Amino acid sequence: MIVELGHFALILALAVAVIQGTLPMLGAARNHGPWMELARTAALGQVALVGLSFACLMYAYVVSDFSVVNVVRNSHSLKPMLYKVSGTWGNHEGSMLLWVLILALFGAAVAAWGRNLPPALKARTLAVQAWIAVGFYLFILLTSNPFVRMLPPPADGLGLNPLLQDPGLAFHPPLLYLGYVGFSIVFSFAIAALIEGRVDAAWARWVRPWTLSAWAFLTAGIALGSWWAYYELGWGGWWFWDPVENASFLPWLTGTALLHSAIVVEKRETLKAWTIFLAIVTFGLSLLGTFLVRSGVLTSVHAFATDPTRGVFILLLLVIVLGGSFALFAWRGPQLAGGGLFRPVSREGGLLLNNLILCTAAAAVLLGTLYPLMLEAVGGGKVSVGPPFFNAVFVPLMVPLIIAMAVGPLLPWKRGDLGGALQRLWIAGAAAAVAGAWAWTRDMSTLLGLLGMAMAAWLLVGTLVELAGRIQLFRAPVTESLRRLVGLPRSAIGMTLAHAGLAIALVGMTGDSVWKLESIQVTAPGETVTVGRHSYTFEGAREVTGPNYLAIRGSFRVERDGRPVTTLEPERRRYPVERGETTEAAIHPTWLGDLYVTLGDSQGGEGAFVTRIYFNPFIVWLWTGVGLMVGGGLVSLADRRLRVGAPAPRRARATAPSPSAPATETVTP
Amino acid sequence: MKRKHKRLTFVAVGLGLLGLAAALFVSAIGDSVAFFHSPSDLANQGDLGDRRIRVGGLVEEGSIERGHGTEVRFRVTDLARSVPVVYVGILPDLFREGQGVVAQGRLRGGVFVAEEVLARHDETYMPPEVAEALKQAGTWQHMGQHMEAAGAASMPADGYQ
Repeated sequence: MIVELGHFALILALAVAVIQGTLPMLGAARNHGPWMELARTAALGQVALVGLSFACLMYAYVVSDFSVVNVVRNSHSLKPMLYKVSGTWGNHEGSMLLWVLILALFGAAVAAWGRNLPPALKARTLAVQAWIAVGFYLFILLTSNPFVRMLPPPADGLGLNPLLQDPGLAFHPPLLYLGYVGFSIVFSFAIAALIEGRVDAAWARWVRPWTLSAWAFLTAGIALGSWWAYYELGWGGWWFWDPVENASFLPWLTGTALLHSAIVVEKRETLKAWTIFLAIVTFGLSLLGTFLVRSGVLTSVHAFATDPTRGVFILLLLVIVLGGSFALFAWRGPQLAGGGLFRPVSREGGLLLNNLILCTAAAAVLLGTLYPLMLEAVGGGKVSVGPPFFNAVFVPLMVPLIIAMAVGPLLPWKRGDLGGALQRLWIAGAAAAVAGAWAWTRDMSTLLGLLGMAMAAWLLVGTLVELAGRIQLFRAPVTESLRRLVGLPRSAIGMTLAHAGLAIALVGMTGDSVWKLESIQVTAPGETVTVGRHSYTFEGAREVTGPNYLAIRGSFRVERDGRPVTTLEPERRRYPVERGETTEAAIHPTWLGDLYVTLGDSQGGEGAFVTRIYFNPFIVWLWTGVGLMVGGGLVSLADRRLRVGAPAPRRARATAPSPSAPATETVTP
Repeated sequence: MKRKHKRLTFVAVGLGLLGLAAALFVSAIGDSVAFFHSPSDLANQGDLGDRRIRVGGLVEEGSIERGHGTEVRFRVTDLARSVPVVYVGILPDLFREGQGVVAQGRLRGGVFVAEEVLARHDETYMPPEVAEALKQAGTWQHMGQHMEAAGAASMPADGYQ
């Protein structure tokens, strides 16, 4: 009964979405107030219905209702409760339901908090959002219905893929989707603006919180997935340039560009058409990501069993969304021109450079990801494009970006002084030289370590120089500096955090890519393996029993210079129901590097095992840095200008931070 | 700086970046692309030189041999022909006999020396190239029975949409 209720609620949500997509759009065109107002009610109703539908599916999982096919295939009565709940979205059908739930959530958020939006813009935005939802409701109901029953019900389910039974992966899809789908609302705003034919500073300010939150969620989602791959897959790697990873990284790249170009629209009323274009492309790439993951057209290490008909449906949606919006863009885009050009050496010039580089990088990654498909389409054979390609293309593009990242924030709007900015950055240059030299003395076999560490130091110190300048550190008394720090606009603190976070993450990326130590061997009990400065003594393995798995747990005594450091206990788990095995790495994180041990197969009796021991330098810095970036996004989201909810430009002038020109003061060329 | 010059600056920077990206793309794509071959392809084509390639198929039943240390030998088959593979390292969790697998490495004297054996997250997942290779070898139908025998049979067939 509950399951049918969920199914019914989903169909009702589709009906509500059709109304939300039509009447408010007509109302906005005819300036009919009540019809526009309908969008708000419909958006709230939609989220209630999808929420109910999702709750019903979750209920079926929690009580292990094995008359539902989806539950039979992905759950088991012995599974721990956390994974029963997360099993709701740990499969294709459930994850698509989560997709539309988040889509509806964002629509409802705009309906609820967008009180100060002009009614026509709000109605159109919610209408566009509703049409995206209609596409996905149809997709779920026609190709991937999670509410299908099965008679007679089997005694128990098949269980959830053991690799997914992990806290990190339980929350990775919701976060990633909050990011992916969050860009849908930015897209809807962009389409609404195109229909209205008007983009101005106020529009940019309305869109900013949505872009920021989507970006922060996407960053966190990607990081969580990467972290999961790091500790769960047992290869000690955190990024493989796999198609599925690229699929989530592409919208991140263009979304980051969008975040920065929207600032230019807000402050200088220029780059409007470009910003709209980025909003369309970013959501388009989110859809492409969904398509690549769900259709299985590309071989991926992260791929799950897929169904081609679903792929075709999403591809169709992608074509309609992108084709329609680009046609609209081609028609209405030219009207958005305005603001004119500006000097290359200025804050907006720096932001434009950021956009150019990020988009070039996104294009390169996209091309590399789709290259196997393109080559096969022209009959060139089946190929795979490996990480060396992406490293060779992506890394050189990031060098100018990071160099510019320290300089850009020091340039004022309109007209900057490059020499002056570089003079202020002398200390960052010195720090880069020291860090590079240190890296070089550590390992002279590659220039990558030198380059990475120098850039990380340059960016970190450069960001701090900018902050120091803002709060007049060492120029004013300390109390005055502190007062200024507290008084800084949240968006400025957010930027500092995010840029510093990237610098810190860069230390982790470089350290792990360049100085990683790896040792694979067969180890008998009592044997000692030395990796780097640590020695690992294998003390044997024993069998243990988990809630729904059996495991062999090895024990390693780790010592450094004869002093005990820790005991690491990696596991090899066997899930009898799912007939799967997983490797649970044992990790001892330190600021200098993670000690990482995994247990392989038993080898030739006498308690010997294949073991894999890694030293992953600075990897903690990567997670810390990404955490700072997400934190920066959230702090920026709390900015007064946004919290007050995009006040009228006149009021904004009073609260706007001093170094940035208020939107209304734009100089017309 | 005149308006025209400003525009030119941006266009030049943009084109420069695209040029850089294109140059990097062309120089990198040659080295890091690995072509896919099925075991039947390898048997027919003979010498492939020292190129990095991918081989995919099923791990042949009863072919896994643990060698010295972490060395593992097994055969990859498309149920028509098979190729011997040697790999040193830890195999992915879902590696087992009868399972679809893709290995990357080089062919040396008739033996495929794998540098990487790709892991899968899902035991019913079949890499698209492997499915294609089996179809070409005309053995895809056997695969259905094979999968059922391997345990998929425990799922009742009715009740799905």
